[in-house]
Amino acid sequence: MTALSGWGRWPRHESELVVPRNARRLTELQTSARGIVARGNGRAYGDAAVGERITLSTQGLDRFRSFDPETGRLTVEAGVLLSDVIDVFLPQGFFPPVVPGTKFVTIGGMIAADVHGKNHHRSGAFGDHVERLSLALPDGRVVECGRGHEPGLFAATFGGMGLTGTILDATFRLMPVETGWLRRRVIVADDLEDAMDALAGAAGATYSVAWIDCLAKGEALGRSLVQAADHAGEHELGERERAAGLFPAAPRGRLAVPFELPTGVINRASVAAFNELYFRKGAADAETPRLVPWDPFFFPLDGIGHWNRIYGRRGFLQHQCVVPTRTARAALADILERISARGRPSFLAVLKQFGPGRRSLSFPLEGFTLALDLPVDEGVDALLAEIDTVVARAGGRLYLAKDSRQSRDTFEAGYPDLPAFRELRRAIDPDGRIASRLSGRLGL
Amino acid sequence: MTGDGTTASLLVIGGTSDIGRAAALAYAQTGRRIMLAARDAETARRNADDIAARTGVPVSLHALDLLDTDRFEAFVDDLPMLPDTVLCVVGELGEQRRAESDIGHAQRIMRVNFEGPALILGIFAERFVARGTGTLIGVGSVAGDRGRASNYVYGAAKAGFSAFLSGLRNRLSASGVRVITVKPGFVRTRMTEGMKLPPVLTAEPEEVGHAILEAERGGSDVVYVRRVWRGVMTVIRMIPEPLFKRLKL
Ligand SMILES: Cc1cc2nc3c(=O)[nH]c(=O)nc-3n(C[C@H](O)[C@H](O)[C@H](O)COP(=O)(O)OP(=O)(O)OC[C@H]3O[C@@H](n4cnc5c(N)ncnc54)[C@H](O)[C@@H]3O)c2cc1C
Ligand SMILES: NC(=O)c1ccc[n+]([C@@H]2O[C@H](COP(=O)([O-])OP(=O)(O)OC[C@H]3O[C@@H](n4cnc5c(N)ncnc54)[C@H](OP(=O)(O)O)[C@@H]3O)[C@@H](O)[C@H]2O)c1
Repeated sequence: MTALSGWGRWPRHESELVVPRNARRLTELQTSARGIVARGNGRAYGDAAVGERITLSTQGLDRFRSFDPETGRLTVEAGVLLSDVIDVFLPQGFFPPVVPGTKFVTIGGMIAADVHGKNHHRSGAFGDHVERLSLALPDGRVVECGRGHEPGLFAATFGGMGLTGTILDATFRLMPVETGWLRRRVIVADDLEDAMDALAGAAGATYSVAWIDCLAKGEALGRSLVQAADHAGEHELGERERAAGLFPAAPRGRLAVPFELPTGVINRASVAAFNELYFRKGAADAETPRLVPWDPFFFPLDGIGHWNRIYGRRGFLQHQCVVPTRTARAALADILERISARGRPSFLAVLKQFGPGRRSLSFPLEGFTLALDLPVDEGVDALLAEIDTVVARAGGRLYLAKDSRQSRDTFEAGYPDLPAFRELRRAIDPDGRIASRLSGRLGL
Repeated sequence: MTGDGTTASLLVIGGTSDIGRAAALAYAQTGRRIMLAARDAETARRNADDIAARTGVPVSLHALDLLDTDRFEAFVDDLPMLPDTVLCVVGELGEQRRAESDIGHAQRIMRVNFEGPALILGIFAERFVARGTGTLIGVGSVAGDRGRASNYVYGAAKAGFSAFLSGLRNRLSASGVRVITVKPGFVRTRMTEGMKLPPVLTAEPEEVGHAILEAERGGSDVVYVRRVWRGVMTVIRMIPEPLFKRLKL
């Protein structure tokens, strides 16, 4: 038994971690156990990848299966890391169709959470690019799922958080890119209204995202830096970029947070400093498009190892909601006001626009998504409960990959396809073998 | 490329081993064509597909059990080509305590770590001499540098393999055939799964894979991975026997 948690380091639960070396062994373990769930690289923040009793690591399923350079079609085992895919294929001129904010996630984890990137408004979620997968069911069967095979199981697996079975391998297409550089423009938005308009206005760009200064109040509420970017063509590179490489490598092991800082170090002052700095730096090169390398653009936090330790022993909470376009302005203003009024700065606040979503438990729906990082302290529960109410009233929902605390009411209100998902679970897993802390908590 | 313009090839004996997989990938990244020999066809197939998908080089599979010495000649004859380099990574740690009283177990450790690897590389040595070129690489272990209470059956077999490679190298030094001995210390692989290993002395399989490739590219005869092990083992070998026998190692 080990105490396992998600990337947020809280809550911790006892669970036995097993690491099968191949799919056959994994399937045997899954069918002989009860209270088991798959775990990829543990980057979900909450309790999704912690089994009630046993946690099934996919670390041993780390093989690439096949690649077709003509079509970009790649088949890999589910435990392959996104960073590994990028390391191998970016130098060959290919990039994944959708990437989350860290590259240290597994392909299985990306499917199970149906992750989104900064291009959801254009490209949808990762699941939209998955052509097929094989799934180990709790009864021991391994089924091939795709649009033509088991379409119900296939659809429910995107966003299904491991609860439909364990993904063994999957096929998706990489997209061709000429370089590892992005042409990025930064737009300074004076308030929330401005930021949302800027995001909507940047919808033509492949990638867009807004970093919100959470301390700004009143008139300036929602003051942001909006980034819009596209993959750069080879002809756009200057001497500096060429010297750094057509496909610059990800810097390795730049910095690491070596130990847990005492809770409270991330106080108002340090966050204010961070936000101020970020805002000024962004403003300085605003509007002029600049070429930036792929790694810090997509994965700004990956350069700092174990950065989750800065939140101290008590852990931190990540909160991510999405609200539909029609209610978004009012709901987001309400949420930001509550945060800035409490003087409970969020280390990071990121706003993105989503295009149309898919069904089942997949998180994205057409609207705006706001991600907040909050250190755990007294009062955080009350604040988040208020925010959840705002979200639910606005017809929105919370992201399961980042959740460890929402109420069942919030959850049930947010996911109208939940009854169908529960029914599918009962059909494929009548004995309830697959169970995570998340599924227990939310009655999934 | 070889002299006649064909792609050079590497045969890994022990194609399911973590070190063998890493070495094969390192060679494939330089454009080498890869052959994997193994007894577990399913894992070998996964490794072969992995290397081919990552690098685009062709990888072929060949069945071989290193206890099956009678089949060795036929195995070599049946290969699609005589490889340019042969790397043998086969090995089994076994259980020292069990080997002390279970002679079958002790014999198996000796055969897997010494008899099989030495005989198969011996066959390739003859073919390489006839051709006039080739590189033979054997993976031994620092455990072969001095017998210790905790693993001397395995250590003795590795020492035997090491002596065999050293003699072969000596004999073939004037021919075009090279012989390289690789001695890992601790490596994080299936063999050491669940053991507590000192981080400074422990290599990842990828490190060993690259060290093997570098040994062939450079002129090394005997390489330790990590390098600190050469010093560590020199010290261990220097301890006088009357003292050494009383140490708990
Ligand atoms: C810094 C940071 C930034 C992030 N940014 C984003 C973002 O921009 N967009 C976004 O969508 N997400 C984002 N995330 C969340 C992250 O992408 C998801 O939580 C992802 O699922 C993590 O993948 P993992 O391999 O670590 O999976 P884990 O955290 O180990 O598991 C996540 C879920 O997937 C299930 N699972 C894992 N492997 C399998 C499998 N083989 N078969 C079935 N189920 C499986 C688990 O049971 C669990 O429910 C971010 C996380 C971090 C830490
Ligand atoms: N890991 C360490 O710390 C360490 C240290 C020093 C030296 N070494 C040496 O490094 C080499 C590679 O080991 P590893 O660490 O990569 O461990 P490993 O993954 O366990 O590799 C051992 C390999 O030997 C193969 N093998 C065993 N018996 C065989 C037989 N009769 N016929 C054919 N193949 C057989 C295994 O095949 P199957 O998959 O079929 O079992 C496996 O491929 C070994 O020689 C080992 O002694 C390892």
